[in-house]
Amino acid sequence: MNYKLIADIAKSLLLARWRQSMVAAIGVTFSITMFIALLGFMNGLNDLLDGLVLNRTPHVRLFNEIKPNPNQPVNLSGDFKNGYNFIRSVKSSGGRVEIYNSAAIIKAVKADPRVRGIAPKITAPVLYNAGTIDITGVVSGIDVLAESDLFFFADYVRAGNPLDLRNVSNSIILGKGVAEKLLAEIGDVVQVTTSKGDRLPLKMVGIFQSGIADFDKVQSFASIATTQKLLGEPNSYITDIQIKLKDLELAPAVAKEYAKLFQADAEDIQTANSQFETGSFVRTLISYAVGITLLVVAGFGIYNILNMMIYEKMDTIAILKATGFSGRDVRKIFLGIALTIGLLGGLLGLLFGFLLSLLIDQVPFNTAALPTITTYPVNYNPKFYIIGIAFSLITTYLAGFFPARKASNIDPVIIIRGK
Amino acid sequence: MAQTVLQSKSINKYFKDPVTVQVLKDISFSINQGEFVSVVGKSGCGKSTLLYILSTMDTDYEGDLIIDGEIMRGKNEGQLARIRNEKIGFVFQFHYLLNEFTVLKNVMLPGLKLQKHTEAEVEHRAMERLKSLGMETLALKKANQLSGGEKQRVAIARALINDPIIIMGDEPTGNLDKKNSDLVFDIFKRLCEEYRQTLLIVTHDPSFAESTQRIIEMGDGRIINQ
Repeated sequence: MNYKLIADIAKSLLLARWRQSMVAAIGVTFSITMFIALLGFMNGLNDLLDGLVLNRTPHVRLFNEIKPNPNQPVNLSGDFKNGYNFIRSVKSSGGRVEIYNSAAIIKAVKADPRVRGIAPKITAPVLYNAGTIDITGVVSGIDVLAESDLFFFADYVRAGNPLDLRNVSNSIILGKGVAEKLLAEIGDVVQVTTSKGDRLPLKMVGIFQSGIADFDKVQSFASIATTQKLLGEPNSYITDIQIKLKDLELAPAVAKEYAKLFQADAEDIQTANSQFETGSFVRTLISYAVGITLLVVAGFGIYNILNMMIYEKMDTIAILKATGFSGRDVRKIFLGIALTIGLLGGLLGLLFGFLLSLLIDQVPFNTAALPTITTYPVNYNPKFYIIGIAFSLITTYLAGFFPARKASNIDPVIIIRGK
Repeated sequence: MAQTVLQSKSINKYFKDPVTVQVLKDISFSINQGEFVSVVGKSGCGKSTLLYILSTMDTDYEGDLIIDGEIMRGKNEGQLARIRNEKIGFVFQFHYLLNEFTVLKNVMLPGLKLQKHTEAEVEHRAMERLKSLGMETLALKKANQLSGGEKQRVAIARALINDPIIIMGDEPTGNLDKKNSDLVFDIFKRLCEEYRQTLLIVTHDPSFAESTQRIIEMGDGRIINQ
């Protein structure tokens, strides 16, 4: 087939009615622009909201749950092996939340190629003492560097230097809500009492704000060593090992494997936060639905304009056919016109969509719940751009298909004799 | 014995809407290479209908049409388009140039479609044909900037681009004044005499018909005289 000739004729027809063609292309441009901006913005928000929790949630968390021992003595006894044993009033055993042999586990996990990094943690329930009032809360003992690297801890420290946790002994970073209740400022000394009754004065070196107010009202952070000292435990004492994987999707499998290997409880992020994925999914679905609706509307515009063009160009089509162009050639010419409109409109749409995204990215957006955010978030994932251009081509192809078929079926005799 | 270019074997044609009317009745004739034939008849006698059947554009008929030794029945739309492109040149009453293109490009289009020659060759051939019709100075004008007589001559040049075995015309002078009609007729005559071009022209201009070599007279769907 002579595609050059077909393209040449399509181009001439397109340019002969360039205003109409432009209107059709602008329709596509507008839809793609909105599609890109909408998806970028929606996904930016999604990432932000997911990040609020998911960024700070380890992909796999190793810990010891306080629970009854699954191997009760009666089950071990040979006499009762064949029966089904009901035991009443079983109590949780031990109450030992420390991870056994934590140093070896950390070493083993670090060597796993699937693991991006790990951050050990100690969770200690405490009371903050302010005069006669005690406020219940939790102090997390963390490794500041690992925590910042993996869970963006430093991003959420609103005042003070997070590294001071490491560099200043007996230091604490208070949650914003806790600091407000205690009327504490940086440099003040805060009294903290553990559940065992030990009391320790800690120096406040920063304020932490996660964006989840209830969390900030109880949560504080100290270094691992400080927390161990607070609890009176040796320096091998770790209650949680937080693991971040290279691939989030592997989390359930890895969790299962580690639970067996290290004889500890392991929880994966999917189980811990399944509701967030649902939310993101629905939001994405809505943005796609809106974007595709826009494209379909633009498709009808193209359909109309091509239909009109065919009525106007009846003579041209008839003469092309009379001089030896087949119906297929005519169809290709009109499909070519439609796809050119789709491609040009779509590419311009990608450009404008990108510019609009940049603009949205500059709009100030300040909210107490999201301390690290100053402008509206936008996601620039190239996936949206690929989907955008693909959809613009598909819609224009479909919009051009029926007019083109009509053009190819025009009987030149009727047109030529009809004059 | 001259070679037969086009042959019609008892062609019948009916218009079925709203009632069945037979418009062509048992049309049989043949045209030899180099003949200049005119088809005459009163309005509505079916001469244009016949021409469109002969041109392969109308496929709804009974009987057989043989062009250059090939039976047209059973060929699909693409094959027929190819035959029109390669073997038949058209000149219509209403010039029918494509206004989006220049005169030269209009002449070149069927040649480019045929792909027998390269684009440069097609352009050269188009210029040659325009020159022989005295139109070379208008080659780069847009088609809609031409007068009616000029357009018709461009249409003739376009009909000639692929060296067709036959040129068909549907009242090619019907829409032109006396001077331009004569000009167009002279061109046809010259093509016939100098290049032995076969021509089949439908007309109701008696003076035009009388000057051709052979007249096929039609009346009421039949050939009365040939």
